[in-house]
Order: sequence, then C-alpha cells, then structure tokens
Amino acid sequence: MDDHPPLALHVPEPEWRPGDTPDFSRVEIPRAGSVRRPPVDEDPEAMRDLAFTIIRVLNRKGEAVGPWAGELSEEELLDGLRHMLLLRAYDARMLMAQRQGKTSFYMQHLGEEAISTAFRKALGPRDMNFPTYRQAGLLIASGYPLLKMMCQVYSNEEDPVRGRQLPVFYSSKEHGFFSISGNLATQYIQAVGWAMGSAIRGDTAISAAWIGDGSTAENDFHAALVFASTYKAPVVLNIVNNQWAISTFQGIARGGAGTFAARGHGFGIPALRVDGNDYLAVHAAAKWAVERARRNLGPTVVEYVTYRVGGHSTSDDPSAYRPKEESTAWPLGDPILRLKAHLIGLGAWSEERHAQAEAEATDTVRTAQREAEAIGTMQTGRRAGPRDMFEDVYAEMPPHLVRQRHEAGY
Amino acid sequence: MARMTMIEAIQNAHDLAMARDDRVVVFGEDVGFFGGVFRCTAGLQKKYGKSRCFDTPISELGIVGAAIGMAAYGLRPCVEIQFADYMYPAYDQIVSEAARLRYRSAGEFTCPIVIRMPMGGGIFGAQTHSQSPEALFTHVTGLKTVVPSTPADAKGLLLASIADPDPVIFLEPKRLYNGPFDGHHDRPVTSWRTHALGEVPDGYFETPLGVASVVQAGDALTILTYGTMVHVALAAVQETGIAAEVIDLRTLLPLDRETVMESVRKTGRCLVLHEATLTSGYGAELAAQVQTDCFYHLEAPVARVAGWDTPYPHAQEWDYFPGPARVARQMRALMEA
Repeated sequence: MDDHPPLALHVPEPEWRPGDTPDFSRVEIPRAGSVRRPPVDEDPEAMRDLAFTIIRVLNRKGEAVGPWAGELSEEELLDGLRHMLLLRAYDARMLMAQRQGKTSFYMQHLGEEAISTAFRKALGPRDMNFPTYRQAGLLIASGYPLLKMMCQVYSNEEDPVRGRQLPVFYSSKEHGFFSISGNLATQYIQAVGWAMGSAIRGDTAISAAWIGDGSTAENDFHAALVFASTYKAPVVLNIVNNQWAISTFQGIARGGAGTFAARGHGFGIPALRVDGNDYLAVHAAAKWAVERARRNLGPTVVEYVTYRVGGHSTSDDPSAYRPKEESTAWPLGDPILRLKAHLIGLGAWSEERHAQAEAEATDTVRTAQREAEAIGTMQTGRRAGPRDMFEDVYAEMPPHLVRQRHEAGY
Repeated sequence: MARMTMIEAIQNAHDLAMARDDRVVVFGEDVGFFGGVFRCTAGLQKKYGKSRCFDTPISELGIVGAAIGMAAYGLRPCVEIQFADYMYPAYDQIVSEAARLRYRSAGEFTCPIVIRMPMGGGIFGAQTHSQSPEALFTHVTGLKTVVPSTPADAKGLLLASIADPDPVIFLEPKRLYNGPFDGHHDRPVTSWRTHALGEVPDGYFETPLGVASVVQAGDALTILTYGTMVHVALAAVQETGIAAEVIDLRTLLPLDRETVMESVRKTGRCLVLHEATLTSGYGAELAAQVQTDCFYHLEAPVARVAGWDTPYPHAQEWDYFPGPARVARQMRALMEA
C-alpha cells in the first residue's frame, strides 16, 4: 500500500473576495524612473530582468523621470490626454445607450485608456493592429470618426460592418485595425502571419498583436509565440493584464509563472513589463518594441499592468466576485489623472482647462451620438437590413445562396 | 500533354502558381527543404527561395492562423496540413476566422487561402491517417470544398483554388497520389488505366470550381461521388453492366446542382457514394437535395453507400471503405426497386 497522504488539487484564488478589504501593499511597484532602458538590439538573454519589473515614467508628483522619459512633446501629451478623455466620454455615453436599450451590448475601457491610445502614437500609418474588444483607443488616437464607431455599436444602416458583428467589434483596414473576432486569441497568430507577410514582401510595415491576461491560456497565444520566435516576425506581442478575465482572476491563466511577460522568455523573445496606467511609460515601451520590429530585430512581448475598473461587459456584475473598493485601492492610479497632473506640473495645463476639455469631449460625443441616432439604433430608425445578410459570404454569391436570398424575399 | 501521378500534377500546379503570381507562398510541416512527406511541394524551396516556401513548427493552428494573417496582408498562402486527420487543432481558425473574415469585415479584409490536406484511407493509416472530414467543411458557410479524383483535375482545380478570392479546402485522396487505384479486396479496380486518367495538360489552366464532371454517361441510374470513390463507382458499373451515369462532383461546395439534378431527372434513380462515415455525411445533403428537386422523377428512394459508422480501423481498412462489390449490390437493388 502507498502510505503517502492523499493528493489534493491546487486551485489558485485571488487574495480577497466581496466583503474583504483589498490591500495591494504587498504588490511590488518599482519607483518611477528606476528601470533601465537597454538598446533595442541588446541580446534578449541580457534583459530578462525587464519581464519581472514594471517600467514607470510618471512619479507620484507627476514628474516624468528616468531613462524611458522625454519621448513626447507637450503637444503630443496634450493630444494623448484628449484621446483618453474622448474614449472615457464615449464609453460613458455608450454604456448609457446600452442601458437605454439602444444597443444590445457594450464593453468599456475604464482605467485602461492609456494603453491603446499611447500605443497607437508609436505606430506608423501603414502598421496593422490585431486588437481585442478593449482597444478602441487605437481607433480614437488614429482619428477614426466617432460617428462610424457609434453606427457600428448601434448596428444601424451606416454600420461599416453592416450589422453583422457584436457592438464594439469594429474593423478598419485604413486605420490599421483588424476586424475583431469573438473567439479569443485567434488574432494573435494572425498578427504574426501579417508581420511575416510584410517581411516576405520586403515591406517596412509591422503589426501589433493584442490579448488579455485570461486569453493567454489559449493555444493560439502559444502558436503565435513559437511562430514569432522562429521567423523573427516584425510584431509587437501585447498582453493587457487588467487582472480579470470576466470573473476569473489573472492567477488562473498565469499559473505558476512569475509574470505574463516572462512567457516570452521560453521562446527567446525579449519582454517588457510596463505600468499600463502611465501614458508616457506605455508610449516609451511601445516605441522601443516597434523600433525593434522595424529594424528587423524580431518580436517583443509587452505586458501592460493595469486594472479593469468596469465590468467585463454590460452583461457582467463585478460586485459578485470582487470587493467594490478594489478599483480605488488599485495602486497605479487613474491614467487620465496621472497625465493631467504631469501636464499641470509642466505648466501646460490647468484644472480649468481640464474641466473645459472634459466638457468638450462630452460635447463631441453627444454631437456624434445625435447624428448616429438620427440614422438609427438597434431598435429604431434605419437599421442594417436582412438583405445585407447574404452579401460577403463569398466574393461572388454562389447559386445556393442566391436561391436562399430569393426565398427570404430579398 | 504529359502522363503524371497526382503528386506530380500537384507539384506542377504549385510551380505554375508561384511563377505566375509572386504573392503565392507555400508552407507547412516538412514542405520546405524536404518537399513534403508526400512530395507535393518538392523543388519549390530551391526554385522560389526560403521566404516563399518554408517549413513550419508542428502547429496546424499556427499554419492556418499565420496564413490568414498573410492573406489579410495581401499574400496568397497555399498551405499543407500533413494529414486531414491533423486539422482539428486548426479547426477554429478555419471555421471561425478564415470562413468568416470577409463577412464580418464587410469585405474590408479577405482570406484567399488554400488549405491542402491529404484525405481518405487505403494506405493502412488507421484512424489518425485515413479520415474523410469533408462534411465538417461543407457545413461551414464561407468555405469552398474541393476533392479531385484525377491528376488532371488535381492540377486544374488547385490552380483555380489558388486563384480563388475565398478560402478553399483542398482535399487530396491520398490513395490516388501515386498512381491508379488498382485494387480492392472485394474486386479488382482498373478504371485508372482503362480511362487513361494520368494524362495532364501542359501549362497553366484552371478547372473551374463548382462544376461537376460526367465521367461516364448513362441513363439507368445516377451515381454521385467524388475522390477515390469515383474509381470504385466506375469499376462497379463495369461489373454490373448497368448503364449508370457517374458524376464526379469535384467541388462539394459550391455544388453543381444543375448537372446533378439534370442527370437524376433523366435516370430516375440515384446512388450517393462516399468513403466518409454514413451518418450526417455529405451524402445526406446530396440525398436531401435530390429528393427536394427530383421527387417526382424518382423511381426508388435515394440510396447511400458509405464508410461504416466506426472510426477508421487499421487492419480492416479494406473492409471499411466501399468497394465495387458493395456498390454493385446496391446498384442492382436500386434497379429492382
């Protein structure tokens, strides 16, 4: 007989649940400016430490410090702040629109606005993102019209994807935003394929893959890393660690690994871990990784440490699985307030101008919303019609679909 | 006109497609330096360089996912899954991504890829090297599914598939790869030699997708089939002496409904033949369509002959897939009905 004690399954649990008091004091957060910045062509083996720290630029006083600072002009920073304000205002209005029954579903970015807006500014106009559902900031920072975004959310007649996709599943080739899939992680390997295509053609465009902490458990993530590593694809492999995959805390997908960034090491891919609530740090890390890709040095894994303040979607109630106070206890702060403080410190901004900019963002969103709703919403007005349903299945409609379309009466 | 095996015809098609369009890239497990375990991509890396024909990690998901990204970039990937039985890890990429990309982006992003897979049994590959998964693809809207039965068709259909603007699943009956299908335990099969199907036209040509071929004309009975079973059907016709019309569908989706229905209306009898398992197989779709369109012309219920509803067995492979004697029995029964 085996005299070992019976085995027991280990299932990781978050440190606190509803009713507990969240306490992030044990989370190690390095001082802003303290993490080194290696040259982009440094040997990946020599920079393994960067996957276990957090690159930060803005300190508690709102000053930009350290080797990752000084990349952006005042004007660019003001642009960044406006993009984040616009995204937040857009989210607020669309969340409300969903509650009013004007659309079926919405997913907001609350707390994560810096990541997509700052990353976009590090890309060139011909580069391609393969995003998830929480990177609409890529579109906003590239000047994509809010009206079009809203028409997509409302599935109305002007919806660029003709009412076929869930709200927030945008697509814009022109703005470097690949069509979003609802099946998680599929886009990660596709981004690598796109980058390989660019390399095969001797082009200079690169791609960026996006994934959440939870979806890194999908096979597609691992396939993407092995392909990116094998072919040194010019791709930036982004992981947005916002702590929560719907109700499942990040420790379930991460398992025993120290960090998500460290996943890159098994593939010989250099990895950075970045403060995702620090616009300047996100931009600096993105720029570094984009430059590596552009110089044909291969892929980089970048983990953004952030916090999903809102629910996963409008169908989610986070109070059922985490303490209500957790988001306010989150130690990396609010990305908008941090950039605002920095700009005020520079003398380029003020409380009054900020209040005015917030009002302007809300006003811009309201105007677009009025226009979008004049076209239609899920419930009213001119909606994407059933005749659209049969188009674009194939380049040319095959006879069996033509028959079915006639049968349906279109 | 040259005589070629199906493998040589597929090599030739790759070569012509790559020479004609520098956006065509070819990759998969072992396809680069070695030229594929079945040699279908032999010589391509040497001729077109490593960036247009290369080996990949053993990740079917990775092969198809990367191909989709490349297609979105503007290339024309033609990839190989070493055996159709191995495509399941890539199934989500094929079904949820490749098939839907044009639709979900309203034509903004498209996916002109070809996914080649050796299919079917007859080489003692057991359940992991012998499957016929065509019904798993024909059920997916947005894909086209092609199965050649001769070297000439393999070349023309592959060239048409590579030129096609949509994702194409190209299933290659591996029993036909190296020459005629020349035997079955229940009867000899000699159709290949009889019909000199190894003749392949020279140069670039496309055999259009969605067009079936009437490989033998007749007015007593229609046999609808594809791939390896085309040759089994011809042997069964020879054995029975029944004046059956044998239709090689060539493209399962889109289906050449006109040719099929015209034949069944003429003969009044229909037998559907495939190697894949019977239940919910592609034959069920054919039978349903035939009875919808030709009910008042039918002299007997549509009959199906297919692989048994078991996993593909190893030692019993030749008992598993339909041979001429089984088909002949069903033909005679249909004529008596």
